[in-house]
Amino acid sequence: MLAVETLDLAKDYYVGFWRKRPRKALQALNLCVESGEIFGLLGPNGAGKTTTLKLLFRLVFPTSGTARILGKDIKDVSVHARVGYLPENPYFYDHLTAEEYLNFAAELFSIPAPARRRRVGDLLEQVGLTEARDVPLRRFSKGMVQRVGIAQALVNDPEVIFLDEPISGLDPLGRREVRELILRLKEQKKTVFFSTHILSDAELLCDRVAILNRGRLLGCGELSKILSLGVHATEIVLENPAPETLAELSSYTSALVQTGERVRFEVPEQSDVAKVLEITLRRGARIVSLNPLKMSLEDYFLAQVAPATEKAREKQARLGVR
Amino acid sequence: MRVATIALHTFKESVRERVLYNLVVFAVLLTAAGILFGIISVGVKEIILINLGLASISVFGLLIAIFIGIGLVSKEIERRSIYSILSKPVMRSEFILGKYLGLLLTLVVNTAIMTAGLYLALFYEKRTLALSDLNVLGAVYFILLQLAVVVGIALFFSSISTPILSAAFTFCFYIIGNFLADIRWFGREAQNVFLERATALLYYLLPNFGNFNVITRVSHGEKIPGYLVVGNSCYALLYITILVSAAILVFEEREFK
Repeated sequence: MLAVETLDLAKDYYVGFWRKRPRKALQALNLCVESGEIFGLLGPNGAGKTTTLKLLFRLVFPTSGTARILGKDIKDVSVHARVGYLPENPYFYDHLTAEEYLNFAAELFSIPAPARRRRVGDLLEQVGLTEARDVPLRRFSKGMVQRVGIAQALVNDPEVIFLDEPISGLDPLGRREVRELILRLKEQKKTVFFSTHILSDAELLCDRVAILNRGRLLGCGELSKILSLGVHATEIVLENPAPETLAELSSYTSALVQTGERVRFEVPEQSDVAKVLEITLRRGARIVSLNPLKMSLEDYFLAQVAPATEKAREKQARLGVR
Repeated sequence: MRVATIALHTFKESVRERVLYNLVVFAVLLTAAGILFGIISVGVKEIILINLGLASISVFGLLIAIFIGIGLVSKEIERRSIYSILSKPVMRSEFILGKYLGLLLTLVVNTAIMTAGLYLALFYEKRTLALSDLNVLGAVYFILLQLAVVVGIALFFSSISTPILSAAFTFCFYIIGNFLADIRWFGREAQNVFLERATALLYYLLPNFGNFNVITRVSHGEKIPGYLVVGNSCYALLYITILVSAAILVFEEREFK
């Protein structure tokens, strides 16, 4: 069964004071998220990521289209018992302590008191807040609030976890902890659907990604396929190669850079790599490293987003919109 | 169950935000009145004490009902705490009902403590309590009914408007609701068909808070008749049902951008 499915999901917001006109926040989004995968919704600010999550939780209503979570229509609130949600920049009642808030969240799922106490204790430990369990949330740092947010999203042991920008605003240690937590959730066969604009995190975590820009889906696919699409060169680093060796290699290489005793260059043609290695070994030069240069998620993202943005700018210029 | 959880949470929030501190002011007021009464003649002392005590219960309750009530929903939206509540298996109607009952619980506890304080002051003054003093409880019940309607009004406006506008609207409704009988009399006396109909419409549409005011009667030892208790209870329940239902209907359609 699909964990999440959106069917032509669209949302217009109406802007302007006197003459309201629609601004398309999301346009006919069709997405399928399989159970057990980590799915990343990527896009620059204003792409429609948060709108998508708000639509899934009926915090805003679709202009057209619909969506299903775990096979149930999003209008059916009962499905919320099987999912968890961390909103972007979350706020929780600051008169409560972390433990009290998680207890309150667990009560909303009607979890019996003994199981609730156990679950809250476990979660506080998982997100590293056991020491601060009795501290009022008003004294928490942004990173600590984010951890409470993650804990409350997991309080019902959900099958699908939706995280809106879970990593932004955290320090490097906090980011690593959240990444590890997401990977642990995958090990537990949970589905994680998260939005982010931090591509390096998506690259580390996601099985599949979808890229949104200006409310439009630009691409969706398996990260491993996207990244293996573009092995565009092979990078080789040699130590102390003789000038004659470099001269013989020059017809196969490009982007040669010498740093101290090391020389780095790229071999653009895959078929030339064997020849380059043969020359290098015959000449007795020492190979420090050899790396296939793949397309990064950032390259892919920019390749998708930049033309769309450029096109939108041109359209605005044509219409004389500033 | 979820309604109770939200209601208890709302009550806890009010207590933690020091809403019950008004009880200190109430205690100071009654103590000061007690000292002042030393120079007043015996018969009037009791009347003034009951009048002052009930009026204070009403005013303090009203302030809490309006100023907490107007933030019941709008504050949740403004601070975005609503996102993590509605993403749980909580229906919007449960949220509104929980919020309403939570503030009502705060008012009941607050009023109960104040009433106990008033009885304590009465006992201190008279050195005894008579069966007729139970009439005060009837007046307190009417004050609670009035507060329950005011919370309904504040909750309704909180679901559609900002806190400042909600406070203004709720306060206006309260003031108008206290003078509805006078407004209707004015409409009749004005000899103008339009004015007469307009004031009659207001009279039947808005809650008449004058119905709940029996403070003077009680302070003079009058008993509250049973029909008034039943009538006022049904009257308040009708308005509460309409107001809370309207708040739910509006809230069901509300988006949180």
